[in-house]
Amino acid sequence: MSVRATARITAVRDARGATTLPVLESDGPLALRRTRAVVPGVARVTVVGAMSAPLGGDRLAVQVRAGQGARLTVDSAAATVALPGPGPEAAAAHYAITLKAEEGAELHWLPEQLISAHGSELHMTTVAELATTARLVLREEQILGRHGETTGTLLSRLTVHRAGRPLLDQQLAYGPAAPGGWDGPAVLGGYRAAGQLLVVDPAFDDRGPDARLLGATAVLTRLAGPAVLVSVLAADARELRAVLDRAAEELAAAARGRAPAAAHG
Amino acid sequence: MHLDHAHSGPAALGADAARPDGTRRALRIGLGGPVGSGKTATVAALCRALRDQLSLAVVTNDIYTREDAAFLLRNAVLPPERIQAVETGACPHTAIRDDISANLEAVEDLEDTVGPLDLILVESGGDNLTATFSKGLVDAQIFIIDVAGGDDIPRKGGPGVTTSDLLVINKTDLAPYVGSDLGRMARDAAQQRGELPVAFTSLTSGEGVGPVADWVRGQLASWTS
Amino acid sequence: MSRAALLVLSDGRFPAGGHAHSGGAEAAVVAGRIRNADDLAAFCRGRLHTTGLTAAALAAAAAHGHDPLALDEAADARTPSPALRAVARKLGRQLMRAARATWPGEELDAFALARPRGGHQPVVLGLTARSAGLAPEDAAHCAAYETVGGPATAVVRLLSLNPFDATAVLARLAPELDHVAELAAAAARGPIGELPAFSAPLLDIAAEAHAARPVRLFAS
Repeated sequence: MSVRATARITAVRDARGATTLPVLESDGPLALRRTRAVVPGVARVTVVGAMSAPLGGDRLAVQVRAGQGARLTVDSAAATVALPGPGPEAAAAHYAITLKAEEGAELHWLPEQLISAHGSELHMTTVAELATTARLVLREEQILGRHGETTGTLLSRLTVHRAGRPLLDQQLAYGPAAPGGWDGPAVLGGYRAAGQLLVVDPAFDDRGPDARLLGATAVLTRLAGPAVLVSVLAADARELRAVLDRAAEELAAAARGRAPAAAHG
Repeated sequence: MHLDHAHSGPAALGADAARPDGTRRALRIGLGGPVGSGKTATVAALCRALRDQLSLAVVTNDIYTREDAAFLLRNAVLPPERIQAVETGACPHTAIRDDISANLEAVEDLEDTVGPLDLILVESGGDNLTATFSKGLVDAQIFIIDVAGGDDIPRKGGPGVTTSDLLVINKTDLAPYVGSDLGRMARDAAQQRGELPVAFTSLTSGEGVGPVADWVRGQLASWTS
Repeated sequence: MSRAALLVLSDGRFPAGGHAHSGGAEAAVVAGRIRNADDLAAFCRGRLHTTGLTAAALAAAAAHGHDPLALDEAADARTPSPALRAVARKLGRQLMRAARATWPGEELDAFALARPRGGHQPVVLGLTARSAGLAPEDAAHCAAYETVGGPATAVVRLLSLNPFDATAVLARLAPELDHVAELAAAAARGPIGELPAFSAPLLDIAAEAHAARPVRLFAS
């Protein structure tokens, strides 16, 4: 039987400047735990995958809101594996993520990988609404197929609005039900791990790293707004994460106005 | 649906003699010719000869690099903001004749950013003998060949040799070494071109570009009169 | 509507600067990802269904009459690569020049005035189609065809590929081109925010690599 679940997180800044979590609602397979912050003053929530999800037919949602001045990191305990639903006629699974960051808020959305298992079909949407002075760090990684298997179908759309205006709108379609050419020389070129890191920071309005390659299949680009997007293709999840981690470090330093770490290739 | 509406606003066509604000735009002279005939060297020499009297800029059309622009920059014949490179997708003659949109943009950008200008030289990438500039892009064109390319080129003709407003036969200093007969080239050129002028140049000396510079000054005088 | 106007607009000889661009094909050739006609077909198919659909939808939406400035903003959001944004605006400006000479109109004038450095090419293309009396689906067809026509022509030059093979690649894509144009025209009837936004990671990555390369035949 398919599952419908919506988990909700609201973070607010209290009178003393600390971030509290007045809303922390787990639902079905989406179990939320407040975990120990890595950075002092930043609330951290970990999505604990209580069961393998999403399966075909499931409709999952995570809604995150960082109120004015709140600082929140949301991560996950394990990779999410999209699996086929039971039965031959199983529908696609849907996973909807909404992220809201109000003025002065800082929201880090850092889930583990999304793995598209053979035979699965997942439609994923991520919508971020940012206030002008909000900051967002968002990572997403897609692994096409578990070890040694062909990929399922993964359709995803990432939409980011800042101050009500579109900043980034990006759809991806991979796998057997995607239109042709997704695996070819214009799109994935045979790579099975794709990921990106988006950093939106008002500091990038007038300064920020210029576009450059971070390797043969990795690029750092500056969007038409105070934001940087790092796009990476890699042979596997580990290689992908290594490139994204290095980029994250560099961008964190750049946003704080420090000289970026030594260039890496 | 809008075909009968009176068109206003900024000029849509490049050959208009006036800029959108009504002032006279710069004279545009195209320089074309085969690979290695000395187009870039001629542009450089013209810049040196004219830059003190005129407000000048250059557009280059390279084939697969920005080398011509880089050469002009390196030799500092003009400040860098006065040199623009247009990329041509391996077909310089397309960019100067069939689809001049990128070149028109380059000349307009130059007028906007460093203008007002008296003269813009538009250099084509080396191409074959049929390459000519569109009248929508330039007001006059110079075709440059050299004696080392063979003294039968003027006889063979082709649009560049026969119709250019000035034919330049360059590297005359090499004639004795490559067995080219300058007299024969002059006679053949006259036969192909009728009244259209021909200039013989050797750019190894500082004064070598003189005849071309004089011709450009003449063009400019009639353009501004 | 005049069907012949569509032929004029989609003709590779329409003087709007496209000849200097390979649509990412040169970078793919340099990286060894296009070596033959099969690779070209896979490249064109991938580009068509990703940035091709995105461009076709923007063009159809502009032809439909959506606000071109809002579409221009939507195009920016759909183009993370600064190199590709620059190319899109450069080509948009070049197309605008040709459009105003061929099918002059007040909407073109207004957009040219609002975006003097050039609007995104698909938006200008849609406005041009509108000014020529063409339908949104025509604009989408034109944008979709450009997505694959440019790379095919470029690869003929870059690899000395047999031009008959390259043209056959395009011919075999015709049903998919029609399909993409239909999808784009249908999307154009909806809100701008829901227009397709398909992207292709390798096109973005390779575009920045290409822009940084000192020696190249094509501008993009």
